[in-house]
Amino acid sequence: MTATATLATTGRVLRQLRRDPRTVALLLVVPCVLEILLKYVLDGQPETFDRIGGPLLGLFPFITMFLVTSITMLRERTTGTLERLMAMPIAKLDLLLGYGLAFGVVAAVQAALTTTVAFGLLDLSSTGSRADVFVFAIANAVLGMSLGLFVSAFANTEFQAVQFLPAAVFPQLLLCGLLVPRDQMADVLDAAASVLPLTYAYEGLQRVTAGPGFDGTAARDLAIVLAVTALALGLGATTLRRRTD
Amino acid sequence: MSSQAAIEVRALRVVRGGAEVLHEIDLVVPQGEITGLLGPSGCGKSTLMRAIVGVQIVQGGTVTVLGAPAGSPPLRSHVGYVTQAPSVYLDLSVEENLRYFATIVRAGPERVAEVMAAVDIEELAGRTAGSLSGGQVARVSLATALLNEPPVLVLDEPTVGLDPVLRRDFWATFRSLAEAGTTLLVSSHVMDEADRCDRLLLMRDGHILATGTPAELRKDTGADDLDGAFLTLVERAEAKR
Repeated sequence: MTATATLATTGRVLRQLRRDPRTVALLLVVPCVLEILLKYVLDGQPETFDRIGGPLLGLFPFITMFLVTSITMLRERTTGTLERLMAMPIAKLDLLLGYGLAFGVVAAVQAALTTTVAFGLLDLSSTGSRADVFVFAIANAVLGMSLGLFVSAFANTEFQAVQFLPAAVFPQLLLCGLLVPRDQMADVLDAAASVLPLTYAYEGLQRVTAGPGFDGTAARDLAIVLAVTALALGLGATTLRRRTD
Repeated sequence: MSSQAAIEVRALRVVRGGAEVLHEIDLVVPQGEITGLLGPSGCGKSTLMRAIVGVQIVQGGTVTVLGAPAGSPPLRSHVGYVTQAPSVYLDLSVEENLRYFATIVRAGPERVAEVMAAVDIEELAGRTAGSLSGGQVARVSLATALLNEPPVLVLDEPTVGLDPVLRRDFWATFRSLAEAGTTLLVSSHVMDEADRCDRLLLMRDGHILATGTPAELRKDTGADDLDGAFLTLVERAEAKR
């Protein structure tokens, strides 16, 4: 592993993104628009907006990042550039970390934009500091990114990659506590929720926006989210194959 | 007569999609020569090349390149590989592509300009790879493999679909690389490229039919051209069965 190869990959991925302004616009604008939409859908129930508007600041980017990274990595495979790279002196982790850093940068910009819109424009109230919310929003996006990179190893076509969104993300959305608090779920579902990473991403964001603020539980949630991100990147590297059939 | 072997394949077996596509292949590619791997499309040329580069899962046999097992980490800096479909980032410019790959293969930044000159794409440096013609992208893909001046080059149908002038230029590039000591393994499904090679491996249905210099193969089969030689060899192989 070398820092040069990792950073060169980061630079390359960002340059590719820059050549695709429409994707950049979608990545940055869609979460903001969704947040605005949510605000006006809940116009008559401001307390509901305060309850779920904060957590969704992280969940929208989680979903868009998951999709974008799984497709980007798959494209690398289907265009043959991955095979070329795998025949070159680059460590598999260099490639994944390079991707991770590039999309981490995008995630930071995305989180900055959405939190600014939510607090500045939409009067979202939060119990924790804005910096806490910003950190959790990035952590959510980075988690989505690493899971997207990981599952792209199991997809052979774009069709399959897109289907991983409902398969891998929707169950987590249903169980994370957003729709129904976890303590009101059946024990089996609650147990399932406790092993899904999005549960902790949601819980942390919920605590710093509408809950008790950045407390010990929120700190633990952040640690879990970052650990799962690192694990998914590591697993992603092991599932990249130099030799294929 | 033949110098030291750069590539040595022994009893190589590869199964893809449940069918055996390479059947106990044995072959030797001498150093510093252009070896042509010729055969009809679908005969296993690409699979054989992938095994030599070390990106193909193999079921049996050994592949040794420069004395090391194919695909082993030290070889990744010593074997250049150009896939049949040009594999470059279509949304990046030619120069951005080459700069990125140069960093990965640890080639000096000056090599980017040198390889662009070698395949005559300097005027395309700022163009997005996706906006280039097939022949131009093929040149970018070849340039990428030349960046770190690898001693072994494996080129999978590098001239397919190119106009005759470009094909001639490619072969001139291959020749000058071989004269500088590079070992080249070049596949093709058109027999008229055979005469540009020092040595030929004729392949069909996952078997090597014959090896030798173009002159030897013509003499051996009594055919005037290599198309005829190939047909004679196929008939002989079928008569033996």
